[in-house]
Amino acid sequence: MSEYLGEYKAVYKAKSACGDILGKAQDGGIVTSMFAYALEAGIIDGAIVAGPGAEPYKPEPMIATTIEELLAARGTKYSISPNMSLIKEATRSYGLDKIGIVGTPCQIQAVRKAQLYPIGLRDVPDKIALAIGIFCMENFPYQGLYQMVEDHCATKIDNVTKMDIGKGKFTVYTERGAHAEIPLKVTHKYEQPACHVCLDYVANMADISTGSVGTPDGWSTVMVRSKAGEAAFQKAVDAGWIVAESMDGVKPGLELVEKLAKTKIDNNRAYLEHRKHEGTLLKPLRSPYI
Amino acid sequence: MGLLDKLKSLLFGKEAVREGKQDAKPGAKPADEAIVEKPVEQPVAAKPAEDKVEQVEQKHIIQKPKEEKPVADKITVGHVHMSGCTGCLVSLADNYEGLLTILDKYADLVYCLTLADVRHIPEMDVALVEGSVCINDECSMEEILETRERAKIVVALGGCACYGNTTRFCRGGQQNQPQHEGFVPIGDLIKVDVYIPACAPTPQQIRNVCLMAYLLLKGNDEQKALATAYLTPLMNLAAAGTEACGCDLMTEVINQGLCMGCGSCAAACTVRAITMQYGKPQVERDLCIKCGACYAQCPRSFFSFDVCGQYESITELIGEVMKP
Repeated sequence: MSEYLGEYKAVYKAKSACGDILGKAQDGGIVTSMFAYALEAGIIDGAIVAGPGAEPYKPEPMIATTIEELLAARGTKYSISPNMSLIKEATRSYGLDKIGIVGTPCQIQAVRKAQLYPIGLRDVPDKIALAIGIFCMENFPYQGLYQMVEDHCATKIDNVTKMDIGKGKFTVYTERGAHAEIPLKVTHKYEQPACHVCLDYVANMADISTGSVGTPDGWSTVMVRSKAGEAAFQKAVDAGWIVAESMDGVKPGLELVEKLAKTKIDNNRAYLEHRKHEGTLLKPLRSPYI
Repeated sequence: MGLLDKLKSLLFGKEAVREGKQDAKPGAKPADEAIVEKPVEQPVAAKPAEDKVEQVEQKHIIQKPKEEKPVADKITVGHVHMSGCTGCLVSLADNYEGLLTILDKYADLVYCLTLADVRHIPEMDVALVEGSVCINDECSMEEILETRERAKIVVALGGCACYGNTTRFCRGGQQNQPQHEGFVPIGDLIKVDVYIPACAPTPQQIRNVCLMAYLLLKGNDEQKALATAYLTPLMNLAAAGTEACGCDLMTEVINQGLCMGCGSCAAACTVRAITMQYGKPQVERDLCIKCGACYAQCPRSFFSFDVCGQYESITELIGEVMKP
């Protein structure tokens, strides 16, 4: 238990054992592998993932019920995919009884609120079988991402094969091998404003959370949090879908995760305090937290 | 999980928890069970099977009388039918066997025109009020006031009672009471303690509120604290007013810089008035029936780390207490 990283049962350095998945995965291919295994093993009937949209790198939530569909959704899209918008549809049109869902920390919070306060989500609470959270510092509205790529990186977004954030830089890679990078500082103004009230970096309420921070290139840090997450992850490792190793001695390791989590959460706590504008505004800007 | 055990002991009665411990380690026992346990302490390596049978039988005998206790502790619940379509009541009934469990163990239904043969509103712990109030109908006006007088907790059940919902669009002129044209949410007439928005409210949300009301009224301090934490956002909604609309997503969430585009509102909308466009809700306002579900479902309308952080134990608890 840590103030910034939440409760977790175990933490691993892990990656997919499946070459097909790793090929176009962002880092360790953990989300795709976990869902692929869970589909095969019957832990889930389908998963809500950020699939390809009508415009390049504009994610569109989709319900994947086959491994082919999961593979189509590989890789991070640094824009907003309203995955929760399909949570009821998944139980209706798709008739799923055991749903997997991947989301940013705020989306996983929405999942848990939906389970405890299913105000408009009839018969949804007991059908969420595996919620995988991804580490998230901030997200970008599509128009912001577009501007970062087309304007700042001077790269046509249609030609981009991969985007990545790491080591203080936003990088785009293109088909012909060229790549462009800009300091993260430049991207801050394009961040989604609502990200600045978020008090969660590593999806503290997910069954499993994962992200690239803390482990070497090609690997992911995996935090196993709930009973459901522990059981599913263990089975995926035993079945050979995922390679998991101890985090002991891994550089930069959990310290970096904790450091980034602290930075995000402390900054955002300060911003929430700032939003009150005590003594100056007629009424404070609203805070969602009670 | 200490809290979980305590909750279980309240909800199941003490014997259920004791039974669990008895199975796990036959050593430490409460004093009143010492006699029953004696055979276990004898050196009986030769005939373990017989002993096991004996133990099971004896356990059964001491448990029986205690089963009545949780039943005596039930709360009383009534369903008050104002101008609504009975969909909220159907939703309560759609807990299926869960409704029977609730009525068996936690709540007596003391008033419900559809399901119980009681004509006048009695004293009760919790009144679930469905529908808005027709101010042109004296009987309805009297009954809503009676409800407030006679119920400890008044719950506005569903969009009509909370926010008017479709009855907001009424303008009279319909047979067989064409003069009935004014309808207001119950919160415009009486003080309401808890809101359960949406059209219809979900069986699971109604169940959760019933169980939490039970803990609030019959629980110990710790259980009251959990129930209070759970119910607080729904009480805040009740305190916040009687108007709701898809526009709340704009005025209270997006305009306030809080929308992160999760899509919960779009999933919650009964009439599919909300689509997600470029990561934000787009409300087709002519379709909106003003039920309040989208805003209440939004994780940025209210979010409690204390409650949602315990989702695993609370979900397990609800699962266990709802076993018949």
